[in-house]
Amino acid sequence: MNGRQNHLVVAGAAVVALALAPLMLGNFAVSLLNDIGIAALVALGLVLLTGVGGATSFGQAAFVGIAAYATAWLTKTQGASPWLGLLFALLLTGSAALAIGMLTLRLGGHFLPLSTIAWGLSIALLFGNLDALGRHSGISNIPPLRLGPWTLGDSRAIYYVIWVLVGLACWFSFNLLRSRSGRAIRSLRGGATLLASVGADAYRVRLTLFVMAALLAGVAGWLYAHMNRFVSPTPFDVRASIEYLLMAVAGGLGHLAGALVGSALVMMLKNGLQDVLPLLSQRGSQLEAVAFAALFILLLHFARAGVMGFVARLTKGRFAPPDIPKAKASKPLPRRALPARGTEILSVAGAVKRFGGLVAVNDVSFDVKAGEILGLIGPNGAGKSTMFNLVTGTLPMTAGRVRFLGQDITGMPQRQIARLGIARTFQHVKLRPNMTLLDNVALGAHARARSGVLTAGLRLNRVEERQIFDEAMRHLERIGLAERAHELAGSLPLGTQRILEIARALAADPVLLVLDEPAAGLRRKEKQALGDLLRKLRDEGVTILIVEHDMDFVMKLVGRLVVMNFGSKLVEGSPSAVRGDERVQAAYLGSVV
Amino acid sequence: MTWDVALILSIDGLANGAVYLLAGLGLVLIFSVTRVVFVPFGDVAAFAALSLAAFETGRMPPTVGLVLTLALLAVLTEVGSLVRREEYGGIPKAIVAWGVLPAVPCALAWAVAGQAVPAAVFIAVSIALVVPITPLIARVALQPIADASVLVLLIVSLALHFLLSGLGLLFFGPEGSRTSPLSTGSVALGDGFSVSAQVILMIAAAVVLSGLFFLMFERTVVGKALRATAVNRVGARLVGIRPARTALLAYMCASLLAGLIGVLIAPVTTMYYDSGFLIGLKAFVAAIIGGLVSYPLTAIGALAVGLVESFASFWSGALKDVIVFSLLIPVLLLRSLLAAHVEDEGEEIDQ
Repeated sequence: MNGRQNHLVVAGAAVVALALAPLMLGNFAVSLLNDIGIAALVALGLVLLTGVGGATSFGQAAFVGIAAYATAWLTKTQGASPWLGLLFALLLTGSAALAIGMLTLRLGGHFLPLSTIAWGLSIALLFGNLDALGRHSGISNIPPLRLGPWTLGDSRAIYYVIWVLVGLACWFSFNLLRSRSGRAIRSLRGGATLLASVGADAYRVRLTLFVMAALLAGVAGWLYAHMNRFVSPTPFDVRASIEYLLMAVAGGLGHLAGALVGSALVMMLKNGLQDVLPLLSQRGSQLEAVAFAALFILLLHFARAGVMGFVARLTKGRFAPPDIPKAKASKPLPRRALPARGTEILSVAGAVKRFGGLVAVNDVSFDVKAGEILGLIGPNGAGKSTMFNLVTGTLPMTAGRVRFLGQDITGMPQRQIARLGIARTFQHVKLRPNMTLLDNVALGAHARARSGVLTAGLRLNRVEERQIFDEAMRHLERIGLAERAHELAGSLPLGTQRILEIARALAADPVLLVLDEPAAGLRRKEKQALGDLLRKLRDEGVTILIVEHDMDFVMKLVGRLVVMNFGSKLVEGSPSAVRGDERVQAAYLGSVV
Repeated sequence: MTWDVALILSIDGLANGAVYLLAGLGLVLIFSVTRVVFVPFGDVAAFAALSLAAFETGRMPPTVGLVLTLALLAVLTEVGSLVRREEYGGIPKAIVAWGVLPAVPCALAWAVAGQAVPAAVFIAVSIALVVPITPLIARVALQPIADASVLVLLIVSLALHFLLSGLGLLFFGPEGSRTSPLSTGSVALGDGFSVSAQVILMIAAAVVLSGLFFLMFERTVVGKALRATAVNRVGARLVGIRPARTALLAYMCASLLAGLIGVLIAPVTTMYYDSGFLIGLKAFVAAIIGGLVSYPLTAIGALAVGLVESFASFWSGALKDVIVFSLLIPVLLLRSLLAAHVEDEGEEIDQ
C-alpha cells in the first residue's frame, strides 16, 4: 500500500466510525461528541493560524461568541431563520477579524496575540453589559435548526450537521494547504522577504489566514448557539480561548488531524476532571483551571509537537498523502517573452544607500544587457549584497534610480519587482525545511498562477496545480535533484540548498536572475555543474546578475565584471581587463606603495 | 461635566496612571531582558495586597504556603537539572538558593503575624513575601525554555496567569479585602478642593521609583548588564554576563515593583485574588504604546491609560475596561502605519 491508500483508509475509517457512532452510543456520549466537533472547528482554525502560519490569537473564543450572539439575536428577537443567522454570524466574525487583522498583522510577532487578549476580554465584557444581549443572563430559548420539514432539536439530530461541517472544514483546509495559496501559507514562517521574492504578499496571506480561522470559529459559534439554544458571556472569555489553544497544542499544531485529536482529548479530560475533582476539594472548578494550566505548561515544555507529532514520528510518513494531483495538464504554464539579446534590461543610476552614518553603497551605476552574465565582485564589506537588495527592492534606496525593462522600479515594493521578472536567491538560504523540494520549487511559480483560497479549498484548481508541479519538476530535473523531489528541503546539505533556491527562482520564469553567492559551500564537481547550468540558461536567453567570491568560478563564467570597493564602483570591464587592473589588485591584496 | 468633576477625575486618573506606570516598567523590564511578556505580573501585585490585608486582620498570610510550594518546585527543577548534568556538587547551593532563601520572608511573616508591630513592618514583610514569587515561577516554568520563540513564551506566560489565579483562589479564597490607608489626611488645594494623602503617596512613589529605575539603568554596572542582555543575549554572554542571572535579577526587580503596587493600591481598591489581571493588562496597553521597549513612552502611555480609565468610569462604570482596551486601536493603527518594514523571522512553535 502506498501513502495515498493508507491515508484514504484512515480517513475513511474515521468517517465510518463517526457516522455510526450515534447508533451505538448513549445520549451522554453523543452530546460529548457534539462538543468535541464544535471545539474541533475552532482548534482547526488555530492549527492553521498558529501551527502552519506562525501567528496566534488568544481571542478565538470571542469570535465564537460573536457568531453565537449574532445568530441568537437574529433568530430569537428578530425571528429570522437560523440559516440567515449563519450568514449574519459569518459576516460579523469575518469583518471583526478583518479589522483586527488589518490593525495588528503588519506589526511584529507579539502585537497580534497581546491585542487579542484585550479584544477577547472586551468582547466578553460587552456581551455581559448590553441590554439587547440580555446582559449576564444571556439569551435563552434560541430556536433550533430546521432542515426542510425536520427540526434538529435533539443532540442526535444536530450531530450529523456538526460532523458534516467538521468534515467539510477538514477537507477544505487539507486541499487548501496543498495548493498554491497553501504553499504561501506554509512559507509564512520563512519571513516576509521570502514570500515577496516569489511575488506574494505576506501581510495579505496572513490576513486571509486570520480571517479564515475566525470564520471557522464563527461556524462553531453558530452551531453552539443552536445546539445549546442558550448563550451567556462566560464560555467566550479569554480562559475559553486558552482552552482552544490547549486543544490545538495537545493534538499537534503541525497536523490538521491534531485539531480533532486535541479537542477530543481535552474535552474528555475536562469531563473526567469534572467527575473526579469535586471529590478531592470543594473548589473543584478552580482545581480544574489549575490542572489545565499546569498541563498546558508541561505540554509546552516537553511535548510541543503534541499527539500527532508523536504519531507522525512513529509512522514515518507511511500515511502521508502524496503532493501531486493526478489530473493531467493539457499545456504548460504560459511563459514570458524574453527581450532580444543585447538590449539593455536593467540600468542602475547613481544608487546610494546609507544606514545612519554608514554609506554602504555610494553612487554606483551600471547596466545589464539581455542574455549576458554580469558578475559583481569586491572584497568583503564592499556593499555587493546591499546593492543586490537595492536592485530587488528588498531595501529602499537612499538616492538614485533603477530602471528595469524600460520601467522605473525605484521604490517599488519587492513583490512587484519580483512579478516584473526579477527572481533572486539569498546569501543566507531561505528555504522551508519542512516542505518537500518539489513544494519549495513550486512556491517559486506563485506569481505565474492565480487560483485563490476558495478554488483551492474546493479542489477546482487541479489543472493549474498540475501545471505548476510539471514546471517545478522540470526545474528540479534541470538541477539534477528530480529523484529527491519528495524529500524535505531541510535534509539537503547547505550547498545543495543554494542550488535548490536557483530552481525556485527559475520556476518564476524570470527575465533577470539575481544570484547571491550561489557557489558558496559547493564542491568542485558541483561548481562545474552549476557553471554549466548557468551558461545553458544564458544561452536560452535568461540574463544573470551574480555576486560570487570564488574568482576562478566567476572569471570563467561571466562576460563582464563590475568591481566594488568600500561601497563605490571601482572598475567595470571584461574579466581579463579586470584581472590586470592595478586598482583591483590593490583592493584585494593591498597596495604596493 | 463641571470643572471640579474633571479635576477630581484627573487626579484619580493620575493615581491610576502611577500604578500602571510602575507595572509598565516591570513588564518592559522583563520583556526586554527575557523576551517574556509576563502576564501574571498583576497577580503578584494582588498577592501582596492580600498578604497585607491578612496581616491587618491578625492572620498569617496564605502567601507563605504559596511561596513554599513554589520554592519546593523550584528546588526540584534545579536539582533535577543539576542531576541531569551530573553536577552533584551544586546541589547544596541550589537548595540554599532556591529553597532556604525564599523561606526567609516566610519565617519573617510567621514571626510578625498577629503581633502588635507598626504597620510599616507589615507592609515591608508583605512586599518581601511576594519578591520570591516571580523568580521562582520563572525558574520552574520559563527558564527551562528560555530559548523558545516569543510566541511559546507568551502562551506559557498566559497559562501561568491562569495557574496563579487558580492557586490564588485556593490559597486566599474568593473574598475581597481592602487595607487601611498608608497615610491619612489630605492636602487642601484651595477653594474647598482637596487631594487625599494616599493619592499623593501613590504619585510620589511612582515618580521616585521611576527616577531610581532610570538611575540604576544609566549609572550602575548591574543596570548596564541588564541593558546589554536586552540588546543582545549572545553578545552579553560573550562579555561575561550570564543571561540566566540577569533574567533572575529582572524578575526580582519586577516582583519588587509588583509588591509595591500591591500595597499602594490595596487601601484604595478592594482586591480579590484575580484583580491583578486587569491591572497587568492595562499596564500592557501602556507598554504597547511604548512598543514594549521604550520606558519613557511607556510612562506617557501609563498616564494616558489612567486618565482614560478615570474619565471612562465616570461615563460608564461597566464598560470602562472596554473603553481602555479600545485605546489600543489608535495606538496600533499608528504603529502599523509607521512600521514600514517589518522582517520578523518565523516563529517555530512545534519544533
